[in-house]
Amino acid sequence: MPVTENSSEVNNTFKPKIVAFCCNWCSYAGADLAGNNRLEYPADVKIIRIPCSCRLNPLFILRAFQRGADGVILCGCHPGDCHYTSGNYFARRRMTLLFSMLNFMGIEKGRTRVEWVSAAEGAKFAKTMHDFVGTVTKLGENKRLEDLRCKTTK
Amino acid sequence: MQRIGVFVCHCGTNIAGTVDVKAVADALGKENGVVYSTDYTYMCSASGQQLISDAIKEKNLTGVVVCSCSPRMHEKTFRTCAERAGINPYMLEIANIREQDSWICKDMPTATEKAIALGKAAVAKVTLNTPLTAGEAPVTKRALVIGGGIAGIQTALDIAEAGFPVDIVETKPTIGGKMAQLDKTFPTLDCAACILTPRMVECGQNDNIRILSYSDVTDIKGFVGNFTVTIKRKARYVDETKCTGCGECTEKCPQKAVPNEFNLGLNNRRAIYIPFAQAVPKIATIDPNYCMKLKSGKCGVCSMVCQAKAIDYNAKDIYIEEKYGAIIAATGYNPIDLSKFDEFAYSQSKDVVSSLEFERLMNAAGPTGGALLRPSDGKPPKTIVFVQCVGSRCSADAVKGHEYCSKICCMYTAKHAILTRDHYPDTDCYVFYIDVRTPGKNFDEFYRRAVEQYGVHYIKGMVGKVTPQGDGTLDVQGSDLIMDKQVHIKADMVVLAASIEADKTARPLATMLTASMDTNDFFTEAHPKLRPVESPTAGVYLSGCCQGPKDIPDTVAQASAAAAKVIGLLVKDKLRNNPCVAESNEEMCNGCSQCENVCPYGAITYIEKDFRGPNRTTITRRVAQVNPAVCQGCGACTVTCPSGAMDLKGFTNKEIMAEVDAICR
Repeated sequence: MPVTENSSEVNNTFKPKIVAFCCNWCSYAGADLAGNNRLEYPADVKIIRIPCSCRLNPLFILRAFQRGADGVILCGCHPGDCHYTSGNYFARRRMTLLFSMLNFMGIEKGRTRVEWVSAAEGAKFAKTMHDFVGTVTKLGENKRLEDLRCKTTK
Repeated sequence: MQRIGVFVCHCGTNIAGTVDVKAVADALGKENGVVYSTDYTYMCSASGQQLISDAIKEKNLTGVVVCSCSPRMHEKTFRTCAERAGINPYMLEIANIREQDSWICKDMPTATEKAIALGKAAVAKVTLNTPLTAGEAPVTKRALVIGGGIAGIQTALDIAEAGFPVDIVETKPTIGGKMAQLDKTFPTLDCAACILTPRMVECGQNDNIRILSYSDVTDIKGFVGNFTVTIKRKARYVDETKCTGCGECTEKCPQKAVPNEFNLGLNNRRAIYIPFAQAVPKIATIDPNYCMKLKSGKCGVCSMVCQAKAIDYNAKDIYIEEKYGAIIAATGYNPIDLSKFDEFAYSQSKDVVSSLEFERLMNAAGPTGGALLRPSDGKPPKTIVFVQCVGSRCSADAVKGHEYCSKICCMYTAKHAILTRDHYPDTDCYVFYIDVRTPGKNFDEFYRRAVEQYGVHYIKGMVGKVTPQGDGTLDVQGSDLIMDKQVHIKADMVVLAASIEADKTARPLATMLTASMDTNDFFTEAHPKLRPVESPTAGVYLSGCCQGPKDIPDTVAQASAAAAKVIGLLVKDKLRNNPCVAESNEEMCNGCSQCENVCPYGAITYIEKDFRGPNRTTITRRVAQVNPAVCQGCGACTVTCPSGAMDLKGFTNKEIMAEVDAICR
């Protein structure tokens, strides 16, 4: 069966590495719903489940970029609908700061995004991912934060 | 070093159809720490679980990764399986290769690649997982039902029957809800009041049920088993303990021009009123917007006629705080605001009515005493046009109305038409419909009776415009799709089957409950098929139309199902907490209090603690402590902590970092 390594060689087009952090209560369920409804979106998006968007430590995003991610997206419940009442407000503030700092450091704004996706918005999840992957693909490969020390561990 | 087993599920062809499961098992078998890797058709089946359980024992596994459907589906199943096999349930992780891989990707190499990446992330996480033990918390053995319609009534009665105390909070002065306003019910045509009112009386008489009518829930704190709820008891200016419900005041009150909301404004009531004869509790309420005594200080007639001395013009809203173990949302529905659909001339003509208004016009206890008369001139109508799907089944980009089907309109319209034709055989009935939907026991037979036995004219097509004419009739212009022509019908009355929508109080309630909702403000279920009466928020249950449009049999079935779930919770003496809670490393904590400030549950407190300092000295430092019974595990504190002392068990910084690394590899 031709698997991983071969496919990347045959296919010359750039496949971005996208890390998506999804809160357990809304967006992870929204992603599941997209699957249930068989809505296609790029498989480059790999989802990490976190209990709440406020669990997302900015360090996780820095780490992702350090390890060669081309884009990072955070999805949480809509403002006002957080399962933990206020978590997404914290996340929103933190990400605003972090993203502007990353932009300053040369990681374009298009590579980072916060999106609110409820458990009922499977279609929105798929659309968001299409859109985000499109934006990141246009920006191309991201190398700015890659740490040489990390490379050796490969 | 962990000894990890990887189990890749085919899920029939759901996964194996797009993912090369053997390749995934092979690739993951080569990961560090993985000692066993296999695939199987249905991992969740008894034999699949046996496979996992045997492997745990035979290979002495310390951690398990299952590559299968979403953890929202089967995490519990597999964790229970792992626990039975003798390892800690939190040493098992799921890689979601169905909902988030095989179902969103049609290309096999790509899907397989993604499955391997997700599997690697799960392996990386399990490698760092530590066994977690859940603490226990006591359960308050009492339930709160929010909403006193048929859904709330049935849930409350079933819970009370099992021996647990229940409070019903109802915003109106009486329980009963929409069903109390209905005349007959489909498809049996038995009288709604005759079925409902005995249930209402049972509620009033049951020792385990306390009805808090004319009250609103204003605040909800806590979590499953231990909710603290603030309830606003609105001032009704009548002492509930004294009022006997004799109704003397409601006859003597001089303020007669108050629209009667029970009859949807089709007639008037007094400023002091009992909504309807069978109200429970049967207590008068003063409407502060109309009472002359309350507004201008001049009157006081009700106080003079009240033998029981129950009137209290100085009453104030009272807030009470109660503890509950479970909360059931039963907030119900309302018909859509028809003023948005003025092509049907609802606001221009009194003879264009909603179906619920028509229900009151047919009702023996309604404004006309059960005689079907036109609201404008009180004459019996000779031609009635029923319009289906007003605000239902609209296109997604429509500016008004909903996309969904309201589910009950086809049936109640058939009922209205049958009743009309039965009582007034010389009245013609026309029904404009998009589709007639009659799934349900004896439903289609009922609809066919309307057509075949009662001669109701069903016209496939929609009404474009209703125009009031000078002679008091209504010109109904619609299309007949089967005959492919435009039709005009000269009607005496038009009845609009208004779309039903979630009650306005549902959205703020969901926010208080931290329960999720869909875009139409209906509560979402924990799982649409397997857990249809529970909210994803533990301890919150759903009953009736707050979860989606449904008829009375469905509502009652769901209400009883919710009650069964609640009883299952309340019989437990203790609940296992979620062990994935925050934990502070006291050595690293600098006592800044930032975590305490962001914690939405007040789970973090600070204590003075002695630490060993240099040269046998003792240093007292202020350190954070997490109450694991109160912490819900959101993780807000872990990110706020400037010294990195806070971490979240089950989702530790290291575990998530390892997942990030694995995905970016």
